[in-house]
Amino acid sequence: MQATRDFSHYVRDIGSGVRHIDLAVEGVSCAGCMSKIERGLSAMPDVTLARVNLTDRRVVLEWKQGTLDPVSFIDRLAELGYKAYPFETAGAEAAEAKQSRFLLRCLGVAAFATMNVMMLSIPVWSGHAGDMIPEQRDFFHWLSALIALPAAAYAGQPFFRSAFAALRTRNVNMDVPISIGVMLALGMSVVETLNHAEHTYFDAAIMLLTFLLVGRYLDQSMRLKTRAVAGNLAALKAETATKFIGADEISEVPVEAIKTGDIVLLRPGERCAVDGTVIEGRSEIDQSLITGETLYAAAGHGTAIYAGSLNISGTLRVRVSAASEGTLLAEITRLLDNALQARSRYVRLADRASRLYAPVVHATALLTMLGWVLAGASWHDAIVTAVAVLIITCPCALGLAIPTVQTVAAGAMFRAGVLLNSGDSIERLAGVDHVIFDKTGTLTLPDLEVMNAADIPEDILRLAGRLALASHHPIAAAVARASNASSPLAGAVEEPGQGVRGLFDGVEVRLGRPSFCGAEQLAHDSLSLDQEASMVAFSMGEARYLFAVRQALRPDAGAMISALSKRHIAVEILSGDREPAVRAAASALGISEWRAGVTPADKIARIEDLKSRSFKVMMVGDGLNDAPSLAAAHVSMSPISAAHLSQATADLVFLGKPLAPVVAAIDFSRKALHLMRQNLWLAVGYNLLAVPIAISGVVTPLIAAAAMSGSSLLVMLNALRARRVAPGGA
Amino acid sequence: MEVLVILVPLALGLGLVGLLGFLWSLKSGQYDDLEGAAWRAIADDEPAREPPLD
Repeated sequence: MQATRDFSHYVRDIGSGVRHIDLAVEGVSCAGCMSKIERGLSAMPDVTLARVNLTDRRVVLEWKQGTLDPVSFIDRLAELGYKAYPFETAGAEAAEAKQSRFLLRCLGVAAFATMNVMMLSIPVWSGHAGDMIPEQRDFFHWLSALIALPAAAYAGQPFFRSAFAALRTRNVNMDVPISIGVMLALGMSVVETLNHAEHTYFDAAIMLLTFLLVGRYLDQSMRLKTRAVAGNLAALKAETATKFIGADEISEVPVEAIKTGDIVLLRPGERCAVDGTVIEGRSEIDQSLITGETLYAAAGHGTAIYAGSLNISGTLRVRVSAASEGTLLAEITRLLDNALQARSRYVRLADRASRLYAPVVHATALLTMLGWVLAGASWHDAIVTAVAVLIITCPCALGLAIPTVQTVAAGAMFRAGVLLNSGDSIERLAGVDHVIFDKTGTLTLPDLEVMNAADIPEDILRLAGRLALASHHPIAAAVARASNASSPLAGAVEEPGQGVRGLFDGVEVRLGRPSFCGAEQLAHDSLSLDQEASMVAFSMGEARYLFAVRQALRPDAGAMISALSKRHIAVEILSGDREPAVRAAASALGISEWRAGVTPADKIARIEDLKSRSFKVMMVGDGLNDAPSLAAAHVSMSPISAAHLSQATADLVFLGKPLAPVVAAIDFSRKALHLMRQNLWLAVGYNLLAVPIAISGVVTPLIAAAAMSGSSLLVMLNALRARRVAPGGA
Repeated sequence: MEVLVILVPLALGLGLVGLLGFLWSLKSGQYDDLEGAAWRAIADDEPAREPPLD
């Protein structure tokens, strides 16, 4: 059986015989890489377009249909030194990209209108004292209306839509006072223009939209960047499955191209990329990514197998089933749905602020109007003054206060290795005072490691590694990784279930079960030292060595746990694994609160219990069994190696081996929340100064414009402080 | 003040040209890769050989 790589799923025909493919590329970081890749690929015959996107780390390729195969591009890139993989824009990212373009278009229109209306307003402002005649002023006002009204109707869409959506569900968000302010300012200005009045507020209304769109766009583009990185990481995992395309013919296809009912082959050492049922073969599987259980489970005909399971010993044929068929998965989906419903009740800081803000502002405007009428002013003057109050309090700075901080903080977190899945996760993360860790894959690393590599002579380790390369067994792979061996030992033979043997300088070398290498006594002695490790022996002639292999704790786990307690955050472990394994990890990290053998429902129950005692719980987990509790917790985080469902459910995803991003994310979010609150108070304080002037009826459009840009700048500058946190937490 | 009859439409027209230019550049994907564009501006068109590594 010979496998071929088939990427036709990703190739698009864009007409006239030209094919198109998008590739995610790893390690493109500079202009040098860009020109190297573009020249390297363009040199291939029939390639019509090769263009690198340095922001997204992607390559667009187009070529004339014919001899070229996508595989040849990937091989060519590998020759150039870049790992690449075909890429398909996921639904969420496409939506974000579309929204981002729409906001940029709105911003362009609003900025154009602002500049032109300002050009007309400045002569009006400065012309009062000079020689501007009323007809000219009216003419300028009409021109301003002509520009501002259509521009506001277009560029205001993001705010009007969101305000309408909120009002329809009987809610108030920040966009409601914004929309009311803009519409009233424009409406009153039209009436005033008709009445040949001195002041109109076209400039203030359209400038407000421009400022707010800047904030929205920055926020959106940060989110888009995060999605693009996450998309690349997912693509570069290069998840493929070996699919049967005939009775004995197999082809390696991307997971996206696998459909329900397909039959895939799962060889030893491979991670299953699909959900399904075993129809042929016997093996042991490692389900630690799904259940947290590190002991291998037996798999045979009829066993349900989930994406993320690692096949250990035998070859399996798996029939792919629809995602919700499995019983474990169905249970998890049900728990997840319940938990997600509960979470959507969280009210964002911005919305909480506007719930307080909107009634106060609108009541002040109403009282101003009534007050002036009672004081003997005409209805017209009273209404104009009331609208001026609304314009000057229109939450320009309030609308910027939170998105700008969010953008800067998200950028800082991005550099620290944390990707944000949901927009309000920063403010939820800031309040965390209790962190629950899953053990397997979260506190520990997902891959097996040789624990005692340092105790073994280097040449022996290297030789064992070369021998290990002959086997697909995950434990052998761990030995090979530890030794950095790259050339397999020639003539090595694998004995299934036992180990590998070969000849080195005429001496027989063996790697495998202690019994296979005649090292039972040595293994018996060492097992008492580390009960959780799997022992693998190596023999060369009469010499015997023993490797202890297991999932190691993340390198900085201990330091990060103590960093969390220094921040007065309680830590506990909830794991689906057996008690001895959890106890060992807990004592190594000095965590006194831990539970072992916990089911997904138990995890949720524990979280609900803590919530009812008004703890703000963060769940950090990676397994499929963690997905419901990730959704149930106040805020949640997953490593990038997590199961798909968990990664999609978590609010934040962290990259790399260390646990440090978890603590960094908490620090950045605390600082960010502090700045958001500060910004809100700055904006409110600004309004407190401006409102008396507006109530007294002396606000001119010039004062309104100055107040608005002044407060917006102040808030934006303050937001820049979210880039840094003090070492040791703020 | 008759000059306004020329200057105002001229100013608005120029602004509109700018806006249309912006919308066109957005549509043709010129904002998709801001980082790469910055480097392309200073890259050589067709270097004869690999640039030396620095």
